[in-house]
Parts: sequence; C-alpha cells; structure tokens
Amino acid sequence: MSIRLRLDKPWQPLTAETAARLPGQLGVYQVGDGEGSVLYIGQAGARSPFGLRSELQRELAERGAGCQFRVEVNQQYRSRWFELLMVHQHDTGDLPPDNAKNPPPNLGRLSPS
Amino acid sequence: MDFEPSSEQQMLIDQVRRFVREEIIPLEAKLDPDASELDPADHARLVEKTKAMGLFGIDIPKEYGGPDIDIVTRVLLAIEMAQHRAGLYVPCYGTFGGAGLAQIFEANEDQKERYLYPTLRGEKKAFFGLTEPSGGSDPARAIQTRAERKDNGWVLNGAKIFISNADRAQYGIVFARTDASKGRAGITCFIIDSDTPGFHVRRVVHTLRSSHYATELEFKDCWVSDHQVLGEVNKGFAVANDRLTRQRIPYAAGCIGVAIAAHEMAIEWAKMRTTFGEKLANRQAVQWMLVDNEIDIRTAKHFTLEAAEKARRGLPFRIEASIAKLTASEGGGRVVDRSMQIHGGMGMTKDLPLERWYREMRIRRVGEGPSEVQRMVIAREILGSNLR
Repeated sequence: MSIRLRLDKPWQPLTAETAARLPGQLGVYQVGDGEGSVLYIGQAGARSPFGLRSELQRELAERGAGCQFRVEVNQQYRSRWFELLMVHQHDTGDLPPDNAKNPPPNLGRLSPS
Repeated sequence: MDFEPSSEQQMLIDQVRRFVREEIIPLEAKLDPDASELDPADHARLVEKTKAMGLFGIDIPKEYGGPDIDIVTRVLLAIEMAQHRAGLYVPCYGTFGGAGLAQIFEANEDQKERYLYPTLRGEKKAFFGLTEPSGGSDPARAIQTRAERKDNGWVLNGAKIFISNADRAQYGIVFARTDASKGRAGITCFIIDSDTPGFHVRRVVHTLRSSHYATELEFKDCWVSDHQVLGEVNKGFAVANDRLTRQRIPYAAGCIGVAIAAHEMAIEWAKMRTTFGEKLANRQAVQWMLVDNEIDIRTAKHFTLEAAEKARRGLPFRIEASIAKLTASEGGGRVVDRSMQIHGGMGMTKDLPLERWYREMRIRRVGEGPSEVQRMVIAREILGSNLR
C-alpha cells in the first residue's frame, strides 16, 4: 500500500475555463506561481458553496492571471490540509508565503521518511 | 445506587449546559463543520470564563490545584460538555483545560518538575504512544518497539500508529519491550521528548475523523537516559492497563453527551416535520425509534454512572468501566444512526452535526479497546480468568 504524502500532480494554468471545469467537491488545493513555487495551500471545506470549483474561482478573482493550481478531491480535507502544510514546512523550512501570513494555530510538525 | 443529581451537581450541570449553548454552539456556526479548534482569541476568552466558573482543570487532582470535583460529577459534566458538533473528541474545544496524561501523576519528583507541572500550567502537551502497526488491543503481545540497554540509557527502535497529538506535543509516554522473553512483564514505559534525535512523526493517519487526526511514529536509534523511565523497568504494562481502564469512563460519557444531543434534535424534528399530512412524531415507526434512543441513552448513562460511583468509592471498577464503554459507544452509535434516519436527507448533510457524530461515533466502537475486547474483559470476570 503506497501512501501519497505530497500533492505532486502536474500543475494546470489557473484560468476561468480550468476553474469552471473543477468538481464541486470537498478537497485540498495548491496555488503556485508561473515557475511552480507553491504560494498557498488551501482547502475546500463544507462551507464552500461549490467546493473546489468555488475556491479556485475565488483564487483566480483575487490573484488574476499567471498562476497555476492542482487539486485533490478528499473527504478528509481538514487532516489532509494540515498534512500538506506540515510536509511543505518540512521540505522547505517554511510555510507557503500566503499561508505564513495567517498560519493555522498549533500547526504540528512531521518528518516524513 | 442513587444517580439522581444532588442540587449542587444540578447547579454545575446547568452552568456547563448554558456555557455550551451560549458560548460554544454560536461560535461553531462560523467554523468549518469538521473544525476542532476555535480562533485563539475566542479560546483565550472562554478559558477565562471557565476559570471564573471555578471549573478550569476539572480533571486535575486537588493536590495539584484542581477544583476537587469527584468523578461522578465529572462524568455528569462531561456528558454536558460533549453536546455540540466537535464535542465527542474536543469537548468545549479544551476550554475547561486538561489534566494531561494520568500516568505522569505517578512520575518521580524530577519528572514531575520537567513534565507534569509544565503540562498543568499549559506549557507542554503530551501524547500517549501505545498502539503499534502490529495491534493495539493486546499490548502485552503486540508491542514490538524494542528498548535495549546502551550507555547508561536505552535505545528505542520501532513504530507506533494511531497516536493523537504527537505532531504537536513536546513529549510523550511510549511503551517499549525491554525483555522479549517475559511477555507483559517485559514492557517498560518511557517519557520521550519530541526533540530527541531518532524520534520521528512520519505522517498523518487519515481516518473518518478528519480534524482531530492521528499520526504514525518511528523510533530510529532513539537514545534516552535512565531518567526517562516512568515507573519501574519491565512494569510498564500495569501503567498502560490502569490508564486504559480509567479512560473508559470519560470516553463513555462523551458518547452519551453526543447521543443526547442527537436524540434531542430528532425529537424536535419529529414534532416539526410533516409528511403525507401527518407529523413524524405521530407515526409509530418514528416513535419507536425515539423510544429505542431513550432506552439506549438511559442504559449507557446508568452503567457509566455506576462505574464512576465505584471508582469514587475506591472499589474495583474494571468490569463496570468495560460495560459503560460498551453500552455507551454501541448505544450512542445507534442513537445517532436513528436520529439521522428521522431527519431523512437533511441528516446526511454537513449542515447538521449528525454526519460528523456518525463518523466519529463509529471510531468509538474501536478506540480505547474495541467492543470485542470489552466483552472479553467482562467474560473473564464472570467466567473466571482460567477458562479458555
């Protein structure tokens, strides 16, 4: 059984068309810059009206063109979100810049093998 | 035994009930349905309130500064504290404080200075590391993490799984095998600082419970000194066993609290909802579900208070704790399930807390000793431990 810790799918350009095609499901996502550096790790929780689609459409409206994204449909969006933040912190030494502005309280630490 | 609350107990129950309804539930309306933490400012504000109520650190023994509330009253209050969306695993979001791990109260004075007192002051958090990938219900045989003598200390190697809070804790209590030839008499309990070289939190273990998650740990040539042994070498099993028995009573209380909340929602909905020209409450099928809820709740409450009362009197309560845990976790699961059925489609949505309780309550039939182990404990007691 392999367990995927990192969200390492290929990036997609964040555009109105790609965001509109996203499922309205719960899950997690990453937004990256044009070079593929992660800017933000987010979650589409149960208060998002159309799940991942709503969240990425909001990201596009706030950030404008030029960003990339990748998503993972996941019912355990809360624990997966914490996990992605901790793995990123382990890999890079810090949170993604837009998460670091408002870090979740009591974020733990992981040392994945 | 008379389980009717005294006037003093009733006053405390009413106080906590008001706190849940007026302070916790309104905040939950703004949180993600799976959230397990309040905004830090809200948390700090509510901690001040529970301190003003004289109920902060409710589980801390009196000699360590706790409010000196007996275990029966604590069970009654725990039932109230669980009656909100996150209440099963994070009653009132921890605003009543915690006592830390019960075993640390048995530590020597040096260990108390380094671990117990900072924990009671809220400066340190701890995890409890017992279960391993090889199993959790039978720790005497399942523990494969080894601790071997080296340089006036011990070197630990092995893994633990389903460990809550290990990624956030400053230390933990970890059980390891120190004598492979002695079964349960070969297990020792260690206190491990989270920054000890060789201690790793490898991953989040994703389960039905999305927010208050568990982790998997690895010990890789993790050296600790003799000062980190809790209790005596090769006598760790008794430490684990005592904790597992004691923990079953508050565990049961949480299940009862959630069951009561789900049942109250179902009653309210049944009185309000009309189908085919008739209120649900007038239909026998629904009435019987509500009656079964009531019976499950009363049964679990009776057995849980009985276990608490025996513990309060200093009598043996192992069998009572198992019966309490069994009836509350199984009965509570049935109550939430029926309450969802009465709510129909709405019961399945994240708009209501029922679906979260349904997922989390399912874990309760496995956590802290599965139903089958509780039945084994009870069977041994009534048949005699030498029967096979």
